[in-house]
Amino acid sequence: MTNNEKLLEIKNLKQYFNKGKSNEVRAVDDISFDIYKGETLGLVGESGCGKSTTGRTIIRLYNATGGQVLYKGEDVHGKKSRSDIKDMTRHMQMIFQDPYASLNPRMTVGDIIAEGIDIHGLSKGKERQERVFDLLETVGLNREHASRYPHEFSGGQRQRIGIARALAVEPDFIIADEPISALDVSIQAQVVNLLQKLQKEKGLTYLFIAHDLSMVKYISDRIGVMYFGKLVELASSDDLYKNPLHPYTKSLLSAIPLPDPESERTRRRVAYNPSVHNYQDGEELKMREVAPNHFVYCSEKEFKEYQASYVK
Amino acid sequence: MDKLLEVKDLHVSFKTYGGEVKAVRGVNFNLYKGETLAIVGESGSGKSVTVKAIMRLIPNPPGKIVNGEILFDGKDLSKISELEMQHVRGKDISMIFQDPMTSLNPTIKVGKQIMEGLIKHQKLSKKDAYERALELMRLVGIAQPEVRLQQYPHQFSGGMRQRVVVAIALACNPKILIADEPTTALDVTIQAQILEMMKDLQDKIDTSIIFITHDLGVVANVADRVAVMYGGQIVEIGTVDEIFYDPRHPYTWGLLASMPSLDTDEQTELIAIPGTPPDLIHPPKGCPFAARNQFALAIDYEEEPPFFQISETHFAKTWMLHPDAPKIEAPESVKARVRVMPGNFEKPIQVEGL
Repeated sequence: MTNNEKLLEIKNLKQYFNKGKSNEVRAVDDISFDIYKGETLGLVGESGCGKSTTGRTIIRLYNATGGQVLYKGEDVHGKKSRSDIKDMTRHMQMIFQDPYASLNPRMTVGDIIAEGIDIHGLSKGKERQERVFDLLETVGLNREHASRYPHEFSGGQRQRIGIARALAVEPDFIIADEPISALDVSIQAQVVNLLQKLQKEKGLTYLFIAHDLSMVKYISDRIGVMYFGKLVELASSDDLYKNPLHPYTKSLLSAIPLPDPESERTRRRVAYNPSVHNYQDGEELKMREVAPNHFVYCSEKEFKEYQASYVK
Repeated sequence: MDKLLEVKDLHVSFKTYGGEVKAVRGVNFNLYKGETLAIVGESGSGKSVTVKAIMRLIPNPPGKIVNGEILFDGKDLSKISELEMQHVRGKDISMIFQDPMTSLNPTIKVGKQIMEGLIKHQKLSKKDAYERALELMRLVGIAQPEVRLQQYPHQFSGGMRQRVVVAIALACNPKILIADEPTTALDVTIQAQILEMMKDLQDKIDTSIIFITHDLGVVANVADRVAVMYGGQIVEIGTVDEIFYDPRHPYTWGLLASMPSLDTDEQTELIAIPGTPPDLIHPPKGCPFAARNQFALAIDYEEEPPFFQISETHFAKTWMLHPDAPKIEAPESVKARVRVMPGNFEKPIQVEGL
């Protein structure tokens, strides 16, 4: 991490669906974390744990049920006029999981990329055209591609178009929601390398949501693990792999198959059973800092155990 | 080891408006009794088409087995009638599909779907089939089978549905189980459970498994042997150790180098395979991987490489193993894996086919 300037502060964020009804779903249940400028924060967990909802709520695709998202100190979810929201979203962009569904099939690639530029009135006419060409070349496509339609491209190329669209308004912060999980292995590395390169050149900050843990470890500075709407562990990526403390993190790490037959033969999978915690009534559960910058969601008693088991 | 299935020079094509897509172009392999053979490759490499051809599930038209033999139990599966095939399918060879959400019939109770094959192939009475279905449900680890058999697929979670699909596939004790990306749609924790279960079952009932996947981690976990497919052909085949610790084909190198391992730090750039897979309407002359291969030799663009044999079990289809080829160093991250394989021949030998 290069500095400790907070770009984004997420405070007690809650996102409930069907609130107050019998089928209420607490997709995101009171989570707090910060994202520092220039870093990549990975968010992992299995499907339905609320990681995508967290990303979408941060960028206000959903209105939060409770809590705050502070972008450079300003609340994204506060009372805002349309133009205020527009100003805000210029600095935050999103790359979606499915490159087949996230591009409008009836628009040319040039128009898709320039849509943000048009909405924010950043440039017009020839200048706009040049900007589109620039962006296409930045992501490794040709300027001739601007007049084509999405169906003419492969999955990896479409994901590049999605990245170009996100970059068009020169954001500071990009939420990448499983940007590579729909792509083939040989293409995944291309897109990841592109994201890394852009981060270096433009000083971008990423929230990288994924379930492929080996890729997340590779791309992220810090990783947050989510389970049933809660953030259960947050640490630097090396530390998380070296010292997984929460039993769910341990179970998740033990489940990833690695491309190494020898380690696979000796693999012991750990299953997670939430009853191991055996929390008593009245125990306060919250994120506690077990080691510097290593947070675990636990009770006071577990906190002591975790501290004891932490390997430096 | 006993050969159970032999695929010889298989060619499968699909007629489209754009022209004839030659999806599988001369695939050869054997499957031995009790082993797990993994087929890896990216989308469009022909891995699913190969196994669908074995099951005779290629829709005709537009698809067609143009050439080749699929020898199983003294019969050529590519030539027998549909009626004869129905006695093989589900009984001797059965298949698990990728998506457990769509491979079960949503309007029929799970129990009936499991019993269907038992009644048809094993001629069991309804009562016996029900008993066997209960047994199968226990075998794949579904609790309360009496209750669960009376439920519909939507009442099951994704992982549980895939267990049901496995139960259906195993119902008639097949000799071969084909699993086409059985865990791709599942979460890692559930994936680990299903893989563990499949390995347990293989020990119990001694089935051979053909396992299709694009996840090399899964391959390392389940496979005894691995076939790497690219552009409709097998480009490298060998035991799991040979493929992971002594890979010879540049495409296999590319696959291994493009995946970060847990100790790759972020300073090392991943080695991406540039470009995109070949267009199989007009397959390239020579080696299909040449256009994306940084180590390509001039001959790769001219003539299709033959197979070279590296050990008793290890074959690779690349000119780089030819005695006259220049010595080429594998990328760093691949070199780090390489170990000395005791079974290797002194020099690779050029061979006709597999």
